[in-house]
Amino acid sequence: MTDTTTAARSRPSAPERARRRRGGGPPGEPRNVAWLYLLPALLVYAAFLLYPLGRAVQISLYDWNGNTLATWAGLDNYVEVVGDPALRASFGHALVLIVFYAVLPVLVGLVLAAILSRAEVRGLAFFRTVVFLPQVVAMVVIAVAWRRMYAPAGSVNDLLGAIGLGGLARGWLGDYTAALPAVGLIGTWFEIGLVTVLLLAGTGKIATELYEAARLDGAGPVREFLSITLPALRGEIAVALTLTVIAALRTFDLVYVTTRGGPGTSTSVPSYEVYNRAFQQGRVGSAAAIAVVLTILIFAISFGITRIADRDR
Amino acid sequence: MRVSRGETAVNYVILAAFALFAVWPVLTVVVAALGPDDASGATAGGGVLGLHPENFVTAWDQGHFGSYLRTSVLVSGTVVVVSVVLSLLAGYALGTMRFRGSTAMFYLFLVGIMMPSEAVLVPLYYDLRALHLTDTIWAVLLPQIAQSVAFGTFWMRAWFRSSSRAIVEAARLDGASTWRILWQVLVPLARPAVVTLTVLTFMWTWNEFLVPLVMVVSESLRTAPLGLAFFQGQYTQGFTLLAAGACIVATPVVVLYLFLQRHFIAGMLEGAVRE
Repeated sequence: MTDTTTAARSRPSAPERARRRRGGGPPGEPRNVAWLYLLPALLVYAAFLLYPLGRAVQISLYDWNGNTLATWAGLDNYVEVVGDPALRASFGHALVLIVFYAVLPVLVGLVLAAILSRAEVRGLAFFRTVVFLPQVVAMVVIAVAWRRMYAPAGSVNDLLGAIGLGGLARGWLGDYTAALPAVGLIGTWFEIGLVTVLLLAGTGKIATELYEAARLDGAGPVREFLSITLPALRGEIAVALTLTVIAALRTFDLVYVTTRGGPGTSTSVPSYEVYNRAFQQGRVGSAAAIAVVLTILIFAISFGITRIADRDR
Repeated sequence: MRVSRGETAVNYVILAAFALFAVWPVLTVVVAALGPDDASGATAGGGVLGLHPENFVTAWDQGHFGSYLRTSVLVSGTVVVVSVVLSLLAGYALGTMRFRGSTAMFYLFLVGIMMPSEAVLVPLYYDLRALHLTDTIWAVLLPQIAQSVAFGTFWMRAWFRSSSRAIVEAARLDGASTWRILWQVLVPLARPAVVTLTVLTFMWTWNEFLVPLVMVVSESLRTAPLGLAFFQGQYTQGFTLLAAGACIVATPVVVLYLFLQRHFIAGMLEGAVRE
């Protein structure tokens, strides 16, 4: 491409060679041709992610219906995020979803990983393939399947009837108190595989001798878990929490296909509110403000969890 | 390590229970798709072993899944090819070259991995509408290429950074240009990383819902998941055809997953930051 022109430029000077030998940084020499390689990706990325993000911040400061002239609103849209009970509730729902998407799968994953780290189990590869399957299926398909299972005549109610809890049966997604946990449980189902496989990758690195030594010292399963498995999995737990918490905060497809935020606003979440306001209600400024708050929240949580995990290492 | 027989049995029971939990919804859909059509209340009995594979044909015709799959293949294919090539170039620069601002560039791309698409889609819709690009294939492609490039650059940078410096130096001594070193030396070595990236990008693009939902009105531009969501609106009373449609939408990625599950799992674990 630019071979002849860059050949002269790319020959490193003596001090640069010395710096390179001292290590640190990527292999290779200083090259300004790097910008040429970076440029196409940077252009697309800047035009379709960075610039719109800046525009989102800008739009969030206006009162705009998407068509006529926008009027300056200052921080009104942000005040609304804090002040409007319905919006506050949607962020509250996201917190509930974090329990279902992140906390529950990590707890279950830890139990599974603890069990599997103590015993050589045949068919582990098959198990991993199967529990990971939900991660691969489109969320719309998942939502369609669970809608069916949650229906009044669906298999969830059949199962409850079969174990003698038929009294609990209901149309799960249409029930004001049950709908949010029901949506959350789909998230649990979806994330368990990812978390388990992630934690299993971590337990695979723990030396078996540690467990043998613990057993010789008379440690029981609980003791073993607390003093060997759990500390060794710290990094994996941090990654799992980051991924699942972000997934919980970003829940959109699932809510859109299963409940559309209903019944009432009982399953409304921030990302659904963004969509609803921007594209259904024509309150684009308000939608942008929610989106900006959501983005800040996601950045803060990612950095927070990474910081904690790094400090512990 | 010796484990008692009772403990082993308990382990298998627990594993089986969770495996069952994982496939239960999937089985629900597959079984319903192969059962008699519950909406039309039509012909009982039917085909071999009481299965009704003709449901797929009906769903395919009534749901226009042929058109949706064609759009999905076009969108996923384009996004994968363009974003993998751009990621290779950018990852190569960030991973093997030193230049002023490279660290800043790395963090800039990192931001894109965490950024929720909800945040950028609102302004993007209105700006693309002003350019008369909404409801075109471009409005579906470009945002997804940008998202995939952010992750891909991050992914390929990590690979190029760990690649052998000696090989690069040797090629350089032989007089190879940076362009040739990338395509003839490094890319062939990077094949596993590129395959993983391709597979992940394909899966994410195929399953993407929000971008086509916001950007597209025309039925001819609907991707498979979007088509399924609209099909659900039409078929709320019966489940058989909806289930058949769900199978049609999920099958390409599931088949790919079963063939390449090592790459899928490795990829999700190492670089799933985008999820």
